Amino acid sequence: MTNSRRDFIKTVSVVAATGAIGTRGLGSVDRLFAAAQPSVGDPTYRELTQVALDAARAAGASYSDIRISARRSQGVRTRENQLQGINDSDTLGFGIRALANGAWGFAASNILTKDVVAQVARDAVAIAKANSTVQLKPIILAPTSVATGEWKSPIKIDPFDVPIGEKVDLLLAANAAAMKVNGARFVTSNMFFLREEKTLATSDGTFVVQTIYRAQPSMNVTAAAKGDFQSRQSNDVAPMGLGYEYITDVNFVGRAPQWANEAVEKLSAKSVDVGRYDLVLHPTHLWLTIHESVAHPTELDRAEGFEANYAGTSFVAPPEKMLGKLKFGSKLMNIRGDRTQHGSLSAIGWDDEGVKPDEFMIIKEGVLQDYQTTREQAMQLDWWYKSQGRPTRSHGCSYAQSWQDVQFQRMPNVSLLPGDKDISYEDIIAATDRGIAIIGDGSFSIDQQRYNAQFGGQVFYEIKGGKIVGMLKDVAYQMRTPDFWGSLDMIGGEKSYFLGGAFSDGKGQPSQANAISHGCVPSRFRNINVINTGRKA
Amino acid sequence: MSQPKSLFGGNPAGILTRSEAESLAKRALSFAKADETAINIGSNARANTRFAVNQVSTAGNDTDTTITVRSTFGKRSASVTTNKSDDASLAAAVNEAEELARLSEENPEYMSDLGPQTYPPVTPQTISFPTAEDRAHAVKAVTDRARAAGFIATGYIESRVGTRALANSHGLFAFEQTGGTSMTATVRTPDGTGSGWGGANANDWSGIDADAVGATATEKAGKSRNPVAVEPGRYTVVLEPTAVGNLIPIIAFSAQARAADEGRSFFSKEGGGNKIGMKVADERVTLVSDPADNIGSSITGDGRPAEKIVFIENGVLKNLNYDRYWAQKQGKQPTAAAFGSMRLMGGDSSLAKMIASTERGILVTRFWYIRPVDQRTILFTGLTRDGTFLIENGKVTHAIKNFRYNESPIFMLNNVEAFGTPVRVSASEDSSPGGAIIMPPLKIHDFNFTSLSDAV
Repeated sequence: MTNSRRDFIKTVSVVAATGAIGTRGLGSVDRLFAAAQPSVGDPTYRELTQVALDAARAAGASYSDIRISARRSQGVRTRENQLQGINDSDTLGFGIRALANGAWGFAASNILTKDVVAQVARDAVAIAKANSTVQLKPIILAPTSVATGEWKSPIKIDPFDVPIGEKVDLLLAANAAAMKVNGARFVTSNMFFLREEKTLATSDGTFVVQTIYRAQPSMNVTAAAKGDFQSRQSNDVAPMGLGYEYITDVNFVGRAPQWANEAVEKLSAKSVDVGRYDLVLHPTHLWLTIHESVAHPTELDRAEGFEANYAGTSFVAPPEKMLGKLKFGSKLMNIRGDRTQHGSLSAIGWDDEGVKPDEFMIIKEGVLQDYQTTREQAMQLDWWYKSQGRPTRSHGCSYAQSWQDVQFQRMPNVSLLPGDKDISYEDIIAATDRGIAIIGDGSFSIDQQRYNAQFGGQVFYEIKGGKIVGMLKDVAYQMRTPDFWGSLDMIGGEKSYFLGGAFSDGKGQPSQANAISHGCVPSRFRNINVINTGRKA
Repeated sequence: MSQPKSLFGGNPAGILTRSEAESLAKRALSFAKADETAINIGSNARANTRFAVNQVSTAGNDTDTTITVRSTFGKRSASVTTNKSDDASLAAAVNEAEELARLSEENPEYMSDLGPQTYPPVTPQTISFPTAEDRAHAVKAVTDRARAAGFIATGYIESRVGTRALANSHGLFAFEQTGGTSMTATVRTPDGTGSGWGGANANDWSGIDADAVGATATEKAGKSRNPVAVEPGRYTVVLEPTAVGNLIPIIAFSAQARAADEGRSFFSKEGGGNKIGMKVADERVTLVSDPADNIGSSITGDGRPAEKIVFIENGVLKNLNYDRYWAQKQGKQPTAAAFGSMRLMGGDSSLAKMIASTERGILVTRFWYIRPVDQRTILFTGLTRDGTFLIENGKVTHAIKNFRYNESPIFMLNNVEAFGTPVRVSASEDSSPGGAIIMPPLKIHDFNFTSLSDAV
């Protein structure tokens, strides 16, 4: 048993004996749990990681890494005037990845003793060796520098220090504000918080400790009348890699009536006429289109066929025919990958194999420049980086959702950069003769090579002669990715930049959830196919 | 292939037995001071192997036990989940759940925990679980076949075994084994014009035929090369059981009594109430959820013995899901449906007969990226994938480009021409084992394809 666990038990025993926990409750309870987390620089964790790396090396691993992760999460659920549930969850464990005979093995456990850690390390190596019997091409890792240090999300208020009553009150106040709107019949609202403390050690000598926070508030308002019902989700408030201050900053209570009003207005909105329209996509909507049609197809593992059985492959393949050649979109299209934007979901100091992520251009003036990579993947593009006079390095995209899951290539923040001119959403509407403006992300679906996609939204407005003339409903657009991005002809400036995001993007088998942000600006796409989704039979 | 290890012959490392789970629950309950306390324990081992480009890409094993404590004072309730089971951690979890519950608001819909229940007797089953070597051999069975054809195989094996226990301060104790295994493979041609899929799903590893999975995927890859474009529109479709399994279970997720009664569901009746007793599908349609189809579906989330639920019988809506609160409010019995299991009764047709009887139609292997579009009609969108073919004059004539559809499973069940024999399929998007989805092939008219996809 580790020192920190001994301390933890001592603390709990005292509390249990007195039978009292602080009257403010959560804050003091949280400190009990905090004692069980890996503390930054804890010598016991360093010792355990060394046991793992030594055992893996002794068993025949040429490389190994161990992640010890303590993850705390909390969810609060309400509907109308009632609290529906509070769940607080924590999980502690470790995962060891080993490279032996050129193949990967992985094993994980929730028992943090030296004996178990050593055994799990040997298991990981044994699995690697079993896999190597069917391995055709050995894994080679791109070089990376040895890292040591700490990193923490830029939070102001730890959500786990905020009393539960305050959170419940805020959600119920937002529900009440929504229900005051005439015609709003049902409302649900939730908050979800996460804190992960992660220690990573690699056989290269890297040892880093990071604390990652995420916050996601959400609301759904449903209006119903005369056998019809319509909903509006609050997804223009994005999940972020921030603390409780984000919840209060976004003014959830103040915005609830607007979401309710829009749900009610949708009931009497005009059902869209099918046809081709110019689309003015608000950044609260466009981020998801970028996620599906740009960020996913530029994952190198997909391009190389590694995700063919689930997430799919990519039309951006093979890399040798695409890099520097593929015209993905119009010249206004500049796409950057990063894990540094302030408060973004993917922000991190080092990735799950110890690489410090860099900012990299994926698409420059419409032409493909790069893919998202990990250490083993960067080696596949060695020829390209050499031809460009750039070092062959991972972009720092290795991630695992928990200690139980093996790390692999996941999307960083992938963002559409603003244009040079100071253009706003309103400016684009004013410049559009016949179109539809879409706010908020809605229904989404895309094929396994990321060609054919269909997107809905939250709120739709008809544009005529540069003005919004009314609300529409039953709108979805269908697109072919390169044609769609090729039709981009107007793009917002820096002031209109918004960071949207996905809290649980799925990829891999077993499927793992990843959280990423996508920055973007309002943009116009010409002559896009719009369908009517309001079928009756 | 070596003999798979039996995990339930002995005590598998890290997985709680009935007596261990019971003792853990009692320890947790011994710390409780709330009016009511409920303990939910999940103890699981998972083994998986992924393969890509004809070789293993990742593989791993993990085990974990999670304990959820729900504490209630009056109608104030909260829960805490932890994976640490020593006394101190359990005490801390119980204390925290109680503290959160005390500080929370009353839930006027709170239903007291149930007392002891009577469960049908269960014989402990031997669940076979593959070793890393077993899995690597199964992978080889697929990749050898694909390589022999000059193709590229990618796929996934996942096997789970575990136990689940529920206990509460009113004396309820329930325990069951859990398990499930799936294997899927996608085989692609090197020119990128053909892709085929095969999949299997069973209660345990002994029910998986890796050779068959590889053979189906490889054959479909070959046949699906060089697809031609066919105009989107309304077509007669012959759906393989997996394609049916991708769409039909969606109906059960939408079958919530409360949403229907509140007027925000397809199952809402015009003028109020719900559609129970009304005809909602072709009279040959019977859709059930049966706990006997699966391992690990015998207890509901609140500790009642799961029952076979008939959602649709001979086309008539028989049941919607009622939770205990809504059932009490509406004067109904709460529904005790099994998690994740769904069975659509079949008929005397077959894939071959369906194809032979079709003048012009589309044969679909499976669907992908299925997402809701309009909850008023259970309208979903998605795409065909990994083997889509044109049927002309009773014969499969061409591989065709994939389609996007916008369609409702409930509309489909009103347009059925023929039912085949149900089989268990791997229907989840990510190939996780999930529950038992048992579906027949179906022939359906007027299926709505709305656009073409260039994706292979």
